[in-house]
Amino acid sequence: MKLLLLSLLILLPFSQAVAECLTRGTGDLGIIIERAAGSLKVIDRSAKRELFQVKGLGDLSHASAVYSRDARYAYIFGRDGGLSKVDLLCGLLVKRVVQGGNSIGGAISQDGQLIAVSNYEPGGVKIFSAETLDLVADIPATPISSKKGSKTVGLVDATDQKFVFSLFDTGEIWVVNMLTPSKPVIKKYTNIGKQPYDALISPDGRWYISGLFGEDGLAMLDLWHPEKGVRRIMDHYGKGKQKLPVYKMPHLEGWAMAGKNAFLPAVGHHEVLVVEQDSWQEQGRIKVHGQPVFVIARPDGRQVWVNFAFPNNDVIQVIDTESLTIIKTLKPGKGALHMEFSPRGEEVWISVRDRDQVQIYDTRTLEQTGSLPVDKPSGIFFTSRAHQLGL
Amino acid sequence: MFDIRLITAGICCALISLNLYAAPDIERQVELTHLLKHDCGSCHGMRLEGGLGPALKPERLASYSVEALTTTILHGRTGTPMPPWSPFLSEQEAQWVAALLKRGVAP
Repeated sequence: MKLLLLSLLILLPFSQAVAECLTRGTGDLGIIIERAAGSLKVIDRSAKRELFQVKGLGDLSHASAVYSRDARYAYIFGRDGGLSKVDLLCGLLVKRVVQGGNSIGGAISQDGQLIAVSNYEPGGVKIFSAETLDLVADIPATPISSKKGSKTVGLVDATDQKFVFSLFDTGEIWVVNMLTPSKPVIKKYTNIGKQPYDALISPDGRWYISGLFGEDGLAMLDLWHPEKGVRRIMDHYGKGKQKLPVYKMPHLEGWAMAGKNAFLPAVGHHEVLVVEQDSWQEQGRIKVHGQPVFVIARPDGRQVWVNFAFPNNDVIQVIDTESLTIIKTLKPGKGALHMEFSPRGEEVWISVRDRDQVQIYDTRTLEQTGSLPVDKPSGIFFTSRAHQLGL
Repeated sequence: MFDIRLITAGICCALISLNLYAAPDIERQVELTHLLKHDCGSCHGMRLEGGLGPALKPERLASYSVEALTTTILHGRTGTPMPPWSPFLSEQEAQWVAALLKRGVAP
């Protein structure tokens, strides 16, 4: 016993970082990206306060994040190709690797062991060990010149230890099976449509849908029946209509499902599209304030919240999914970039870039209930994402 | 004594250069730089090192004239996602942004 105490006394001064770590659960924690400063804030969702600021994460414009299974670590994908692993309980950057020239997002595998990162430059997907961030597999995209591969977008995790992504320049969807990490098995679907710009996977992991910038409609792959190939849905949408300019690409991350209907941002039209899942028939279009960027359902599906591209990014609209009408137009301020619901949906946190704050709204009253100072906030990611496929 | 043609040419030159170098006022310059970083940056990257859209660093833009860049900014590029910015920028402002891109923007 004496020996133990003695060794503790000797070790103590060397374990300061550990000593400052919190002893608590992480279920109601989250991170908020500070896009201009290259830092993030670890926040306590219940206390509505900042726990730590973590710096040195590089260029975080358009950054996104996934969580380890135990929701202790966040993996942040930076614009500059940086992949960072952050310990939420200690507020520490555990490891950072610069894995590509220019990246756009990533995913964590079903078993939690692998992190995949999608790259614009050199184009392709790299897969790392979640534990060490060592490279496990490198999957270059279809070449478009002697130096460049197609940009890869819409990377998600799928069931049976797969990753799925789309290739912007060459119009493809690839499904990568990582059951044997040293030997990725790739199934390629070509000619899926022009310029897929982002994609989503349904929460049950069955439907992978790519939005197309270069033409109307969406490309859909049924992952229960990959042998049926990619089919086109909503391809009559927007035909013959002059498209409006798009000042920020919409996002398909997340899946706004309410009852049988999915809600999606239109491209080049100031509308939210309503599509019935299974039949994939259009049920309607809701006229909104601008080009939608994120169309996100409250977890119970009763409301859909929408933010918009420049020059309308100071507004958020709330749609009632039963009547398909707008029930509230909020004006949080310029640069309302991202929204994140608490997992049971009672509140939503909204990043307001130009006000340097995150605003918190009660989704029942649709009133603002609080705010937090955050430097040029963009993505907000709660740890509940750790347990959801595709997030 | 004075050649009227030379004087006219001189005035024209002065006017053209005035037009080229008449920069937006400081307040607008701050707005435009903010727009460049955050809104152009949503496709081209906040540090303009590229994203879905190409990088806009001076070395890459070396072969493009200020005029060509101004046209692209104002009218967009068909067949690509680059939209026209003429609803938000005057020609003079677009020229100023184009010249700034050629010189390079401090990160």
